[in-house]
Amino acid sequence: MGGGWYSKRETGMQSSNGSVAFDEGALVERARAGDDSAFAELVGQYDRKVYRLARNITQNDEDAEDVLQDAFLKAYTHLDNFHGDSKFYTWIVRIAVNEALMKLRKRRGDKLVSLDEEIELGEEAVTREIAVWDGNPEQTYSQEELRVVLDEAIQSLKPTFRSVFQLRDVEELSTEETAEALGLSIPAVKSRLLRARLQLRERLTRQFKRKGDDAFAFL
Amino acid sequence: MLSCKQFMSELNAYLDEATSPEERERLQRHINECPNCWVVVDTTQKTLRVYKGVEAQTVPPDVSERLMAALQRKMAEKRGRC
Repeated sequence: MGGGWYSKRETGMQSSNGSVAFDEGALVERARAGDDSAFAELVGQYDRKVYRLARNITQNDEDAEDVLQDAFLKAYTHLDNFHGDSKFYTWIVRIAVNEALMKLRKRRGDKLVSLDEEIELGEEAVTREIAVWDGNPEQTYSQEELRVVLDEAIQSLKPTFRSVFQLRDVEELSTEETAEALGLSIPAVKSRLLRARLQLRERLTRQFKRKGDDAFAFL
Repeated sequence: MLSCKQFMSELNAYLDEATSPEERERLQRHINECPNCWVVVDTTQKTLRVYKGVEAQTVPPDVSERLMAALQRKMAEKRGRC
């Protein structure tokens, strides 16, 4: 695809330190006024995040590609319905989450995939690994190595926990935005987030703990 | 003193700094006195930091090309209708 109308991450305003700040609002306004290159730049800004989100929810590359494409095509078609009362990013994430959940349902033979199933928050041990980490993984591992470890850990979560963690802690949506995107109550988001965080902590600790620290659990 | 179970139920609020100053102090006191909960807090904070810090992988070029081709078709369709 040629550069022309679609050139990634080039739009923005020059800030005082010379870096280019991304101005989402201005791009959305231009796109709504019919400027297709502005919409393409919004795609270029968020395609990586939407693709990551789609892969993490569907756990399938082919479905993730469909979700990525369908989400942006839907956003383009319904741009007039976007009134700017939330960020464009939040809006596209909500569209992508819906598309991804539909994919999951289809793949599971049209059985309803509910994120609102009961979860128990009893005594179940999610803090078995009590060990300090061996330094900072960001310094010890390359981005690529880290990505593999983090992907494996997140894929091990149940869909209900994975989606909540993905939106709250990776895409950094608020509790309210996450609840709205997933059709969950706020207490449900909070309890799932706690479970997801603890389970991921558990998994990563197995990977990153300081050798010989197992005995620390006696404390 | 707060039990570990009570502390765990407040862990998110502590991590997200969504507590009152008094509640935070109460939770902080527990961490200072309980090495296990201190480790859980420390490693959960590191878990969140590492997830927030890692960059999303670039969309594979062929996937990106198909996306942009589909968008171009949709845009041409829209222009055709205008």
